[in-house]
Amino acid sequence: MAVYRRTYTAYSGPLTPLWSRFLVLFRYSRRNMFRSRFQTGLFVACFFYPVVCLCLIYLSHNLSFLEKLGAPSQVVAINNRFFFNCVSVQGVLAFILTAFTGPSLISPDLANGALPLYFCRPFSRAEYVLGKASVLFILLSQITWIPELILFGLQASLAGPRWMWDNLWIAGSLIISSLLWILILCLLAMALSAWVKWRIVAGALLLAVMFFGAGFAQAVNVVLRTQSGHFFNLPYLMATVWNAMFRVDAEHAIPVSEAGIGLLIYCLICLFLLMRKVRAYEVVA
Amino acid sequence: MSTTPQLGAADDERAETSSPAPRAPLVELRGLSVQFGRREILSSLTAALRGRAVGLLGPNGAGKSTLINTLLGFYKSSAGSARVLGHDIVTGTKEIRGLVGYMPENDAFISKMSAVSFVQMMGELSGLPASAALERAHEALFYVGLSEARYRQLGTYSLGMKQLAKLAQAIVHGPRLLILDEPTNGLDPSARQRMIRMIKEIRDNQEMRVILCSHLLRDVEDTCDEVLILKQGRIAHYSNLHEERKANRRFLEVQIYGANGDFSDAVEKLGCECAVTADRIKMVLADGIETRDIFRLAAERQVRIRRMNFRRDTLEDIFLKAMES
Repeated sequence: MAVYRRTYTAYSGPLTPLWSRFLVLFRYSRRNMFRSRFQTGLFVACFFYPVVCLCLIYLSHNLSFLEKLGAPSQVVAINNRFFFNCVSVQGVLAFILTAFTGPSLISPDLANGALPLYFCRPFSRAEYVLGKASVLFILLSQITWIPELILFGLQASLAGPRWMWDNLWIAGSLIISSLLWILILCLLAMALSAWVKWRIVAGALLLAVMFFGAGFAQAVNVVLRTQSGHFFNLPYLMATVWNAMFRVDAEHAIPVSEAGIGLLIYCLICLFLLMRKVRAYEVVA
Repeated sequence: MSTTPQLGAADDERAETSSPAPRAPLVELRGLSVQFGRREILSSLTAALRGRAVGLLGPNGAGKSTLINTLLGFYKSSAGSARVLGHDIVTGTKEIRGLVGYMPENDAFISKMSAVSFVQMMGELSGLPASAALERAHEALFYVGLSEARYRQLGTYSLGMKQLAKLAQAIVHGPRLLILDEPTNGLDPSARQRMIRMIKEIRDNQEMRVILCSHLLRDVEDTCDEVLILKQGRIAHYSNLHEERKANRRFLEVQIYGANGDFSDAVEKLGCECAVTADRIKMVLADGIETRDIFRLAAERQVRIRRMNFRRDTLEDIFLKAMES
């Protein structure tokens, strides 16, 4: 029908499958995200360190080139610690990117009362959360495990199949450690943005959870003369798990299993907070 | 291309469920109760709403919006059940939501989106493919009268325009039932008229039925053929407005010049009930008595009739009666 005709007709065409509807949210949210030049710039900046690593891997396999430059033949050892550093740096960048992009996913919908419009359609709360989380998941994947795997692939191709088979576990660690961090960041960012309707405040709160959490943990440890305070320090818990995954020797105050359980509890709390807030209307008893 | 069978299947599924018989109940309530904590908001509602346009009336806090939200599956019922277009509100929530267009009472939009993107997204969430959703978003915005402003961000819209945008998103996917929660809230008189006209057009369209929730009697009277009046979470009155008006057609109000004399007594002798106030006589005509009989009695007693009119029960009368009961 021509759009200028001011009449109403019912829609009788085909419908898309129910399972694919969360991708609609992904598409629109991602489009909105990249409208901001700052966020686009930040996203691009996140690739700086992987590019540096790429160059280091290349240089470490081109000794003649290094000799010409007069640099020591072994610039950097490409081993588990190298990839651990890469994961750590990209993890920090992922956190910064999340602090700027995550809160804008849910808080505007809550602030403008848009949730009833989503849920009055054949679209569940779980699909809504999945749709919004998928934006962060893809975005953070693009700056964490995907470039890290590319680095691993480059190193494997230059070092040969023997190195690859001996260090295949590093690839697994790269993926799992990044996915774990992405999951925590997604849930935390969405839970905070669902509870604090203002985007900027939600971003600040995310930073506070990380930095003040670390300070609070230290205070608890000192005052109570215990190590349990570390459970309030999310980055510490994550670092403990990462160290174990990459077999990096480091002393940790709490065992890896307990750190893992701590992270799981954080995830469950975030999910609980999220599902309490993401609903068409709040019920006030 | 590979998705065609799935699309077809979805279409078939919708076709099976989307065509209620002309007067099949729109909504069936069977002892529906809703509790928030210990507070009972809706209490044992039982009714079958069959009209083309059903008005939900009641004072603030009567439970109108709660009823709508329960029908849409936003709130859980504490007892009883309800069916919308034949689907149970507990087991068939997704089917119901696929057939319903909902315009909420409060502000509901995404501020940094143009109206056309917003309506398109809502269409896609309802299951329309992207291209069809875009086409229908333009159509819906043209239809509600936002054609010139459809590329503007929703955050810059006036209240009236936001109401129209909400209406556009509610009809973009071609629902079988349109639920409007206080659609004329905050509109100036001309915008209200435009909204009412549009609701009438939609109602008269054979493909869509309407539930209008409002505390404004005029809105419901202008647009609905059935009315459900709620009071403190209970059904105070449910009626077909047309039938109600017909039933009250024998209610006569006569205004006379000068003294009444024994005119009212004579009318009462005919079996009519009379109530006399100053220069007015209100009467309920008995069976078999017509207005010409009243004129005849007046002529015989030289009573000059200044004005005579059938006084129909307005929705206001019905509402007030329901509130008093």
